[in-house]
Amino acid sequence: MASNEEILAGLAEIVNSETGLDEADVQMDKSFTEDLDIDSISMMTIVVEAEEKFEVKIPDEEVKNLKTVGDAVNFIAAAQA
Amino acid sequence: MMARKVVITGLGATTPIGGDVPTLWANALKGVSGAVTLEDDWVKEYDLPVTFAARAAVQPTEVLSRPETKRMDPSTQFAVVAAREAWADSGLVKEEMDQNKLAVAFATGIGGVWTLLNAWDTLREKGPRRVLPMTVPMLMPNGPAAAVSLDLGAAGGAHTPVSACASGTEAMHVGLELIRSGKADVVMVGGAEAAIHPMPMAAFASMHALSRRNDDPTKASRPYDTDRDGFVMGEGAGALVLEAEEHAIARGARIYAELAGSSVTSDAHHITAPDPEGMGATRALKAAMFDGRIQPEDVVHVNAHATSTPVGDKPEYAALKNALGDHLENVWVSATKSQMGHLLGASGAVESVLCALAIYNRKAPVTINLDNQDPEIPLKVVTGQPAQLPAEGSIVALNNSFGFGGHNAVVAIRSV
Repeated sequence: MASNEEILAGLAEIVNSETGLDEADVQMDKSFTEDLDIDSISMMTIVVEAEEKFEVKIPDEEVKNLKTVGDAVNFIAAAQA
Repeated sequence: MMARKVVITGLGATTPIGGDVPTLWANALKGVSGAVTLEDDWVKEYDLPVTFAARAAVQPTEVLSRPETKRMDPSTQFAVVAAREAWADSGLVKEEMDQNKLAVAFATGIGGVWTLLNAWDTLREKGPRRVLPMTVPMLMPNGPAAAVSLDLGAAGGAHTPVSACASGTEAMHVGLELIRSGKADVVMVGGAEAAIHPMPMAAFASMHALSRRNDDPTKASRPYDTDRDGFVMGEGAGALVLEAEEHAIARGARIYAELAGSSVTSDAHHITAPDPEGMGATRALKAAMFDGRIQPEDVVHVNAHATSTPVGDKPEYAALKNALGDHLENVWVSATKSQMGHLLGASGAVESVLCALAIYNRKAPVTINLDNQDPEIPLKVVTGQPAQLPAEGSIVALNNSFGFGGHNAVVAIRSV
């Protein structure tokens, strides 16, 4: 089971590879759409890659609730528990 | 009313013998081979009967950013690399363009085959959830045209001619028509292909289209040679900026050549074999010359389709003889697939780049590996040294491309 810091770092890596955004910009309080300018196709790619990396399931109906990076980190942490 | 004149003002390419136009041209004059033994694990894994191909000299992953390569099939990556070079070469400025008069015609023979087959593997191994949402836009054959239009902000239409190995030359034809009709002032035309994947390699080998000279890849592509035994798979892209002459002159652009004429015909003979008499190709050649008001005596150079297959090279000779008559013996013919292999849907575009440079520099690139010329194909082939084309006067080069399905595409490129 990964710590929140490890999940954030892993998520930042995925976001960087998908969008080219600096990993340091991927912080807990950032909104995927407002701050990081991530479109829905990129978001789904990030979700699928996060599922694989962290060995969790993120149901499609959950994705719309993952507004910030922190929401995603917390969801993944809870799903791993 | 005279049709608008169309000129070539920008060139781009990424090929097995050069990742950009200056390197491609230098090597094409020198005579090098881009064929290499494939080191990929899948060659052994599937025990492929053909173990070599002409890999692009510079892979797009070395030039494009990681998010770009992740969201584009390799065929689209090649297209974007070549189109960016051609655009920069043209000196056109995006912000000064009328977007609605800027169009794209970017061809491919096969499309996003890597993406399609990788996604199929993912589906079978990991299930539907792992099939990434970018899969469809990456595998669609119009991916290269769409990506180039996005990159340039070209809003005047993005076309995808698909006619197997004639596709790249058909894109030139489409671009010419778009400008002549007034629908566009500038068209980015080109072709891209990335099919060095085990499935197409197996499929082309299965139809005995590929050379099996596994022990000597650099000698495998040998158009017109008596020992030719098939083509060598290549990959990459070529791109050309076509521009209405008055538009190019108004901005003081460097003009490489005029795209004087073009034609597309179909054999209606056989799904893969060319018409043995070359009648479809003859009609395409004659129509392209008629379109450009070109007499046989104006033609000094042909970049031949010449893939190095035993059956393909002969009908093209018949067609050239039909179209150019006795003057053919004065025409310098280059078979540049001897150097870079067969780039399928990209080949016509890359060879058009070479034709534009041949006319501009008045020099024809060399054909390698022609040790014993097939006596049934008595063409005047450029070997050893580049051929010097007439230093003075108006000269014309023809570029032929033929594709499975009986597609014939010819463009005529004239000095300005």
